[in-house]
Amino acid sequence: MQTHQFDAVIVGAGGAGLMAARYAVLGGAKVAVISKLYPSRSHTGAALGGIGAALGNLEEDKPLWHAYDTVKGGDYLADQDAAMVLAEEAIDAVVELEHMGLPFDRTPEGRISQRRFGGHTSNFGEKPVRRACHSADRTGHMILQTLYQQCIKDDVKFFDEYHVVDLIMNNGKVAGVIAVQLGTGELHVFHAKALMFATGGWGRVWQISSNAHTLTGDGTAVLFRRGIPMQDMEFFQFHPTGLYGLGVLLTEGIRGEGGVLINGKGERFMEKYAPNIKDLASRDVVSRSIYLEVRAGNGVKGKNYVYLDIRPETVNRYLAEAGETRRIDDDHVRHALAETLDTCRTYVGVDPLTEPMPIQPTAHYAMGGIPTNVNAEVVLDANWTVLPGLYAAGECACVSAHGANRLGTNSLVDLVVFGRRGGMKMAEYVKQADFVPLPPNPTGEIEAELNRIRNNKGKARAYELRNEMQQVMMDHVGVFREENGMKSAVESIKGLRERYRNEVVIDDHGHKFNTDLMEAWELGCLLDLAQITAESAVARTESRGAHSREDYKDRDDVNWMVHTLATYKGSAAAIAGPINTELNFDKKVNLSLMEQDERFKPKERTY
Amino acid sequence: MDVTFKIRRYNPEIPGKDKPYWQEYVLKDVEPTNRVLEMLHRVKWEQDGTLSFRRSCSSGICGSDAMRINGRNRLACKLLIRDVGAKIQVEPILGLPVIKDLIVDMEPFFDHYRSVMPFYVNNDPLPADGRERLQTADDRAIFDDTTNCILCACCTTSCPSFWANGKYVGPAAIIQAHRFIFDTRDQAAKERIDILAEPDGVWRCRTVYNCTPACPRGISVTRAIGEVKLAIMRGSPKGIINPKDIPTHE
Repeated sequence: MQTHQFDAVIVGAGGAGLMAARYAVLGGAKVAVISKLYPSRSHTGAALGGIGAALGNLEEDKPLWHAYDTVKGGDYLADQDAAMVLAEEAIDAVVELEHMGLPFDRTPEGRISQRRFGGHTSNFGEKPVRRACHSADRTGHMILQTLYQQCIKDDVKFFDEYHVVDLIMNNGKVAGVIAVQLGTGELHVFHAKALMFATGGWGRVWQISSNAHTLTGDGTAVLFRRGIPMQDMEFFQFHPTGLYGLGVLLTEGIRGEGGVLINGKGERFMEKYAPNIKDLASRDVVSRSIYLEVRAGNGVKGKNYVYLDIRPETVNRYLAEAGETRRIDDDHVRHALAETLDTCRTYVGVDPLTEPMPIQPTAHYAMGGIPTNVNAEVVLDANWTVLPGLYAAGECACVSAHGANRLGTNSLVDLVVFGRRGGMKMAEYVKQADFVPLPPNPTGEIEAELNRIRNNKGKARAYELRNEMQQVMMDHVGVFREENGMKSAVESIKGLRERYRNEVVIDDHGHKFNTDLMEAWELGCLLDLAQITAESAVARTESRGAHSREDYKDRDDVNWMVHTLATYKGSAAAIAGPINTELNFDKKVNLSLMEQDERFKPKERTY
Repeated sequence: MDVTFKIRRYNPEIPGKDKPYWQEYVLKDVEPTNRVLEMLHRVKWEQDGTLSFRRSCSSGICGSDAMRINGRNRLACKLLIRDVGAKIQVEPILGLPVIKDLIVDMEPFFDHYRSVMPFYVNNDPLPADGRERLQTADDRAIFDDTTNCILCACCTTSCPSFWANGKYVGPAAIIQAHRFIFDTRDQAAKERIDILAEPDGVWRCRTVYNCTPACPRGISVTRAIGEVKLAIMRGSPKGIINPKDIPTHE
């Protein structure tokens, strides 16, 4: 076992972690970034269409309008103070990315180019607005590369391919983390004054997912096991346009450029569900509309998919119908949607310039996660009690700027805005804080758990359990939900957890790059998060944003303008051990914008 | 269809497996549209959990799963069975030390990457209006191609000059330098040109052209290296790339 000491340790090297690292280093802290991947492999790089900011480079725009769209998109569960921070600081954050060298596409005037995106409007929902700042359709790739490059420039210390598996607490205070060095299998203790978790999402809980294989919610699960509550876990976004059968993401920017959704009968069905902004309604609305079309027998060829059409002749016909002067051609699509063309040609042999793309909703983004305030400090309860020294940012965190449903582009905004705030706050904190002493034998528990998996003699293979979990969650805790299905899902997951604990078996008993062991360990994280997602979903007896119930079809603002907090009440921090989840609903949604402006008052959500 | 995988294995921890060897696996019920990565997962999950390889995004953007498949460097997640056939030979990428099975030591590769100042430098005061620096669409276009790089190492580990001499920075590092040398906002072109003019820099490229077809992102790698060579000879990147003459990926 090796022990390292740093002022601040950041777990995860995607957009939020890198932004935080940079600001913590600039603030004078001695910082280490730990990632189970090389930083350039992080899933921020898979984000496509753009990063929202009310720059107003192509038409009038205001942060207040961005905040309004964010709150409305979140079906009024977003904390309004956080939504306003996100919208206001987005502008400065995007400009800062440009100053770091990010190669945004340019307007004829040489400014950052912007495009339309779902749910982003001007003047409180009046009409779609060009707010998404883009670098072709690989904006996330450019953000990740740019931030990594700047971290190299600033000499940030990286521990690449170190997999964090436990949080070290001592008398209720945070002392550090434990990581497996993948190349050797050795455990390392990172002793730190401040810790940030920026470990991304857990879309691999579901069968059809846009998420990387490595998005297994490790950081979130590790904190949950150590007693940190998880907020709003029932809200998980299904992106409307995953490639059929694979779930690989096709950007919302396709619809931003004028692409339309077409059912098996050749109808542009979003006209029915969102008469005003149609295909650019927010993601939960569009995903539900696709499910309803399929259910009504309007899927393509009787199957569970529809078409997304970006062929210029189709797009131009609808633009003309809408009285717009803009037209697109093949060359425009080739540049603006280069990744889309490549993805469709590679995976399904479809050329989007000549054929429509087959799509179905795909599990995409966790709105819920580790509760934080707007400074990325982790909070423990309804009174916003801060746990000193612990921070979280990005998808694993729940600020909550996104409420019950995140708008497209706002994930990238979230990374840079709250990653930066967290980095600054950590640099301040470590100046006045002391190291919390390490407890005796800090690695004992996790070592025992890893050895238990390593030496188990059962029959259950991790992939079989994972497949079952993914199917159960897809069927019962997906786009549409109802009581009996969700309760059966909770029971199924509990059964899978028991089999996981007693019977999971691996082939590889070595130490170097034991991917067999680490995959099995990751499954334990997924099972934890699946269970609390299903339990939180059963408890919320309303429909709001991404949580859509057939047995409670309406939003219930009288009883449910609150965040869900799920806390682990197990006896020990055993991996996938029996969880007694305690659910608490005392944390009220922040309505600070509404108090100044009537237009932020919850009302029926139409697009 | 049935597919036979012949995979190069190596595990330094197990006597008898601590020298590289080949192992075959047969998979049944494979669809032509299945991806090679999915099938490697089937081998690992259904038959042999000890098989070790890196992977993450499975959509061709993270660059983790670069491998030598039927003699060519590919991303396993971006390659369909129908494009490689029923007999598939998989090896680690060449020129980097193998750690275990298909996993190679990426540190020498990233060391080369870090050696070319792969970051934007502009020391001018920020615009007084607090907004972005301006750049014309044409100036943005001339380095567009090389911004696609995902650092997967497919190009560098397909290069005979790199195989022969691991001190050569290799195509990927040159691509990364190109992205900044030709960015009109950047101010460190001179320093990067000096680094790449060293003996282990760009002149070790003999224009073998392996790198361009190896790139899973469609970057015109050899062309970009040629542009860097020209910039070194002229002492400046100015006027080398005509925005009207940008390679397309079609």
